[in-house]
Amino acid sequence: MLAALASRLAQALLVMLAVTAIAFVMFRYVGDPVAMMSREDASPAEKAELRKTLGLDRPVLVQYGEFVGRVATGDLGVSFRNQRPVADLLGERLPATLELVIVATILSLSIGVPIGVLCALNPEGKAARLVQTVSLIGISMPTFVTGIALILVFAVILRWLPSFGRGDVVLVGGWTTGFLTKSGWASLVLPSITLALYQLTLIMRLVRAEMIDVLSSDYIRFARARGLPARYINFHLALRNALMPVVTVTGLQIGSLIAFAIVTETVFQWPGMGLLFIQAVSFADVPVMAAYLLFVGFLFVVINMAVDLIYTIIDPRLRTRRA
Amino acid sequence: MSAPSIEAAPVLAEAPAPAPRKRRRMRIPASVIGGAVVVLVIGLAAALAPWIAPHNPLDVGSFDLLNAEMPPAFMAEGDSRFWLGTDNQGRDLFSAMLYGARVSIAIGGGAVLVAATVGVILGLLAGYLGGWVDALIMRVGDVILSLPTILLALLVSGVARAVFPEAGTAQWAPVILIGAIAIHEWVQYARTVRAATMVESSKDYVRAARVMGLPSIRIMARHILPNVLSPVIVIATINLAAAVLTEATLSFLGVGMPPTYPSLGTLIRIGNEFVFSGIWWIATFPAALLVVLVLGVNIVGDWLRDWFNPKRQAR
Repeated sequence: MLAALASRLAQALLVMLAVTAIAFVMFRYVGDPVAMMSREDASPAEKAELRKTLGLDRPVLVQYGEFVGRVATGDLGVSFRNQRPVADLLGERLPATLELVIVATILSLSIGVPIGVLCALNPEGKAARLVQTVSLIGISMPTFVTGIALILVFAVILRWLPSFGRGDVVLVGGWTTGFLTKSGWASLVLPSITLALYQLTLIMRLVRAEMIDVLSSDYIRFARARGLPARYINFHLALRNALMPVVTVTGLQIGSLIAFAIVTETVFQWPGMGLLFIQAVSFADVPVMAAYLLFVGFLFVVINMAVDLIYTIIDPRLRTRRA
Repeated sequence: MSAPSIEAAPVLAEAPAPAPRKRRRMRIPASVIGGAVVVLVIGLAAALAPWIAPHNPLDVGSFDLLNAEMPPAFMAEGDSRFWLGTDNQGRDLFSAMLYGARVSIAIGGGAVLVAATVGVILGLLAGYLGGWVDALIMRVGDVILSLPTILLALLVSGVARAVFPEAGTAQWAPVILIGAIAIHEWVQYARTVRAATMVESSKDYVRAARVMGLPSIRIMARHILPNVLSPVIVIATINLAAAVLTEATLSFLGVGMPPTYPSLGTLIRIGNEFVFSGIWWIATFPAALLVVLVLGVNIVGDWLRDWFNPKRQAR
């Protein structure tokens, strides 16, 4: 167990190094930092001076080492566009994105798992077929189209819900939250549904496929032969095992979910990191892009490790192997 | 070519048994035919856009701002010249959609072609040569797959914009888009082809070719390649839908095709700014066309996957 954990950590460290290397290359070679930071009429001598202060005249490996060191201490450089430290910008935007992604994940799990189970219990039924058809439409529907459709219906025609921004937010210990106000919750409804729909189809299809697999296995047939109640078999014995891959996929999907949050945030003008990133892309604001990449890479590594740990908790077989 | 693969079948003991012949004759469901017809019709209309479109949506000089934001012809204030209405510049929406579908399909198809070509070549090399070549290609693939498509595509186009200011123009945007999408998608082809190549490489006909002293390139291209291509077709179909969606998403986010040469995604982006003013058609019609196109491709792709791989039929 310890050895496995250590090798996971080593792997994670390698991935992070690879991501920082990409970020460093972007940071250092995409666009000329000196040209970006100096005045337009700066003399060559002034530029050389700036180059020296920035440490750009030293060997690449040394520069990379310093870059890693700075990133490790949370110094992500200064945004070309806003002239503010990138770490501050990301920090301001982080709560908005995380709240959106968390609510969307909870939504998609709490709807997707039950529907998937229902479809698996009665795979030939009308409801199951309907769900299959709807889910095919679901995966063919781009996130931004879903978002626009929801805005058109619920914000423009019915005027029930706000269609942009986060509503009123409350500052709780450096974290701006929309969970504490009515308008915050109202603003969250449409974006979180939009983001959840993307994941919902996936979870539903996965749960259904896994449940069908598990239900046809020997131990379930044996449990049926013993005359155990169907409820117990379906939910206690079968669902538990069917949920294993769901945990993995949900975890791994959080990366894609954050990427898709870029789209959702653009549609709903949600002031999160995705919006920050897309603005950085259109303005070629390299430090922000590099920092966002680092952040997503870091998140990905953390989630991967968390998924591994959760695995050992919900799968008793892995626990016995450890002993 | 076909004789050895039949003889070699028993060697495949561990691999899933090849599909029994009778499965191949299963009936094509109505939905699949419907999907294929829809895709064909949209594809044809898009290909013939310059001849069948009532207006030329690329000729900015022909737009008249007096015609801007005209509702579709079937509505009360509609104009019969503009079947589906006009956009904010007075551009005929129906013509713009035909041209837009053309751009979307061309970029999606281009991305699939590039990804499939690169993926098949790298997969063959990795599977046949093994060793460090294999390890290098597959590890690079792992890293790429760990990033979501959209994020990688955004990074590529962002970097392209920073290095190369022309990247956003109508001339270069398609190239950047194809590259940005293909850089993620080739991995799937490479993985599949690599696995199939490893199976094929151990078969007698490949060994025989090697004993005869044929050069590796010839063995890969002439002997292995034809036998590993069928899964590539399936992946390509499903990927086409994904590639069209990715292109649309990038254009919607404003880093794809420019408004002067719109794809479906660009049209939806333009329309999105007017949804609040009750001008719903600019976004709705291109979005509907996009969804129908992708849905059609997905239905056909799903069915092809089942057809080629009966093991996955249950899903």
